[in-house]
Amino acid sequence: MDLSRRDALAALAATGVAGVAGATFLDGEDGATAAAGDSTSSDDTATASDDGLAILVAVAETVYPAAAEGVDTFVETYVSGLPDDRQDDVFAVAADLDATARDWEDAPLADLGRSTRDRLLRDLGVDVADPDPDGYLSERIRFHLVNELLYAFYASPTGGRLVGIENPIAYPGGTESYQRASMATEDTDG
Amino acid sequence: MAEDRSPSPPVDVCIVGAGPAGAIVAARLAEAGHDVVVLDAGPRFDLDDRTEQLDAHVRPGVDSAARSAADNRPAAGDGLWDMGGERDAYTSSGPKGYPLNAARVKGIGGSTLHWQGMVMRLHERDFELHTRHGVGVDWPIDYADLRPYYAEAERELGVAGADDNPFAPPREEPFPLPAFPPSHSDAIFADACESLGLPTHSVPNARNSEPYDGASACVGYGTCKPVCPSGAKYTAERHVARAEAAGARVIDRAPVQRLDHGPDGERIEAAVYATPDGEEFRQAARTVVLACGGVENVRLLLLSDSDAHPDGLANSSGLVGRYFMDHCFAGVGGRVDRPTRQNHVGFNTTECHALYDAEDPLPGVKLEFLNYAGPSPVIEALHADDWGDSLLDSLRDSYGTHLAVGGLVEQYPHAENRITLDPSTRDDHGNPVPDVRWSVGPETRTAIERTNEVQRAILEELGAEVDWVVGPDETGPAYHHMGTTRMGTDPTESVVDPDCRAHDCDNLWIAGSSVFPTGGAMNPTLTIAALACRLADRLDDWL
Repeated sequence: MDLSRRDALAALAATGVAGVAGATFLDGEDGATAAAGDSTSSDDTATASDDGLAILVAVAETVYPAAAEGVDTFVETYVSGLPDDRQDDVFAVAADLDATARDWEDAPLADLGRSTRDRLLRDLGVDVADPDPDGYLSERIRFHLVNELLYAFYASPTGGRLVGIENPIAYPGGTESYQRASMATEDTDG
Repeated sequence: MAEDRSPSPPVDVCIVGAGPAGAIVAARLAEAGHDVVVLDAGPRFDLDDRTEQLDAHVRPGVDSAARSAADNRPAAGDGLWDMGGERDAYTSSGPKGYPLNAARVKGIGGSTLHWQGMVMRLHERDFELHTRHGVGVDWPIDYADLRPYYAEAERELGVAGADDNPFAPPREEPFPLPAFPPSHSDAIFADACESLGLPTHSVPNARNSEPYDGASACVGYGTCKPVCPSGAKYTAERHVARAEAAGARVIDRAPVQRLDHGPDGERIEAAVYATPDGEEFRQAARTVVLACGGVENVRLLLLSDSDAHPDGLANSSGLVGRYFMDHCFAGVGGRVDRPTRQNHVGFNTTECHALYDAEDPLPGVKLEFLNYAGPSPVIEALHADDWGDSLLDSLRDSYGTHLAVGGLVEQYPHAENRITLDPSTRDDHGNPVPDVRWSVGPETRTAIERTNEVQRAILEELGAEVDWVVGPDETGPAYHHMGTTRMGTDPTESVVDPDCRAHDCDNLWIAGSSVFPTGGAMNPTLTIAALACRLADRLDDWL
């Protein structure tokens, strides 16, 4: 299951990023991709810290299903498209999590195996924490990292498809899909 | 620079409330050349914030109220529309609790900011319930009186619909927009309903199936209630914009404290309102239109008591606040062994009105086939205590095979269901808050039970495993506040006359569902809009 740059842009639309939100990802319509792409320039991408990005990809690879592929590009596109203040929060909490990994596991988070990262997050109580942007570390990790990345994934058509819905809530996927008896093929569906 | 909230020179019309009733009256009268000022207790919400509100709705932990405060809007309470807090304090003393602040929005656009957008006409029987069945009360007008205004209201709201409902009252012209096509789950229901003698049909929606009135067609965000980021769902902000374009002045965050009358007590002279900086002003007007909902209309009349009107303004009948009605929800849901494709959109596309005019049960009932039964995977994922493959397995297990039949059930008017003032609790201006006394009568309980039987039969016809029922003990209100300033010809038995003018005050008019003598079981906003169009015509003539 390949995550695409288009999926990341769709998730940005769902989360209300200016310039992306309001774009209609109608079935088989590529124009929306171009319109949405206007908001994420190469300059924006350059602002994403490589270290920070590696931490986010490591978290994403932990909380996404194992079948997800293309996670690094997907995460980079999504995070680069976030507004600056939201992006800053994400990278700040990623740094806090990485510091915890170095403290507890003597290694950067990105160097840990998937099962170790999973255990670290659960030991921090992130799985049962209430998402709170200004809360304790576990609550901030849940809000700024885990839920941000899960939202990007399951509000995108490709993530939704894994569950059986190509037009998930918050994704402006038009008014055709609800009429269908089954999911359309990916190349004709947003 | 602070917004100027000082009063205008005396105007033709002062309208209290910028929801659909007030906004439609304002637009029509301003376009007819009258000087209009609209006062609303709530803020003007920025259209550019709608996608952020969607984000706050879907993502737990996003605090929209805090963001509102940062934007210098009043942080009155929680939720997307800032309801709650001292401004909106209330009590609920009836046998059944009433969640008032979930049921309304104060602000430019009123409760259409968070509504579902379902717009049906009342049936002929709703206007003559007492004559036909010996229950409730007749309206002083009939369906034929309102019929042309229903057509106007459908154009005003941009209703998408089809003339395919065999139970609907007669209509004279097509809907302005084509109906939204039925969903996949509608098709599943249709066969089962047909075999049970329950024909299904489309739902009139105040939601653009194609671009209309300068607004986008629906793009399928799926979050109609509580927020539509695309603007495809009608909100009364459209009529506020029209009113302002025609010269009306709309003042937000200006809660009216009382209406002042002249020495003889027969005419209102001004609306006294407060502003955020603590000042109090008088907006003088030739006429006043109350349009702030079935609860606040009552409170303002009662707060305006005087020597001439010791029991409150326009209350010589003693009926202001009485006969409070809502629609009661009844529903049955379950799962089937095939895909049902739910939660793509946030509105319904099929209903059944076969029970509405029948006599088993006698209270009106309409059935709704939900397009959003069961959980949404993205929302469930954000609340889960798991991730990775096990989360995916859990989402796959919980999504995809849910079905649900909801419905609205009529309440008859009962005098003991009422809105009063509770002087033991005060709002942010020191005024007594509204007390809601609401109960579900025996005839409605019986009708809900009968509705559940039909709903269960439909699901059993589909071989569904029923896993929830909302019956008479679990029922709750549909947030339709009706009946508290009822319309009638006899001043001892009603508050306003058939033109919606107060019996006791020559220049006081009341718009909205508080004038409904009975409420049927149809969502009330189309009738609110039709009555607003009619009131505007009458008031234009009077002016």
